[in-house]
Amino acid sequence: MQELIRFITCALVDNPEQVEVFVEEEDKMIRVGIKVAEEDMGKVIGKQGRIAKAIRTLAKASAAREGKRSQVDILE
Amino acid sequence: MDEIIQEGKNVQEAIAKALNELGLPRERVDIEVLEEGSRGIFGLISGKTARIKARRKKEKKEIARDFVAGICDRMGTEVQVNITEENENPRQVILEIEGENLGLLIGKRGQTIDALQYLTTLVANRKKEEDYLRVIIDAEDYRNRREKTLEALAKRMAEKAARNGRKVLLEPMSPQERRIIHMTLKDDRRVKTYSQGEEPFRKVCIEPN
Repeated sequence: MQELIRFITCALVDNPEQVEVFVEEEDKMIRVGIKVAEEDMGKVIGKQGRIAKAIRTLAKASAAREGKRSQVDILE
Repeated sequence: MDEIIQEGKNVQEAIAKALNELGLPRERVDIEVLEEGSRGIFGLISGKTARIKARRKKEKKEIARDFVAGICDRMGTEVQVNITEENENPRQVILEIEGENLGLLIGKRGQTIDALQYLTTLVANRKKEEDYLRVIIDAEDYRNRREKTLEALAKRMAEKAARNGRKVLLEPMSPQERRIIHMTLKDDRRVKTYSQGEEPFRKVCIEPN
């Protein structure tokens, strides 16, 4: 999960070196936090959160492979 | 061959040789100067040759393919991503994902493959100066099957609208999907279709005439 989210996020932003991805796994839940440079926030959120929604959809599919749910937060 | 190191009397000459060697125009190649080179003095002290590295720039469709392959890889699905060249439209590329058990990658009503397609389009088109490339991602013939489903839905709902004399509002769809509905019903005299609402919640409305 960590690698997947990092890969996606880095491809979207202008400052990939400032991307941080935190993953916390519980038995049925994978929690992901994404941190990017301030000027890249729009690049991972998008208009009406469309980009964030797409990232969440892919995270969900990836977690589902392990029979888990996922939660993705974009951190300030 | 995507990358070469070339020498020349000066940087310009090295670049010219490299482009010739790669058979590419300047705008499609990234140049890295390894050695500036300098002219000798009156032929007494020999000059230093210039050395450059020339690398073919990745095309948008290759960026798109690599992105999709990278995601599938990190999702633990073994796939091959092919660039389908069947239609010669240079502003559009169809990426075909081949592998087993792609259901998860397609998702319910194609939501996963649509999310993947949306992100891939963004990543491929990050460079604004070039022409916009439309990216379509397909797996297990999903796009075709979905088109058939939408056509059937359109006809059923047009029937319903005409029969009840009341308009029918469909669920939110992507522009491509809405287009399929409009196209299916464009010659149906009983109804007219239009879209309403804001992306990404825009819906098709089928209204009886």
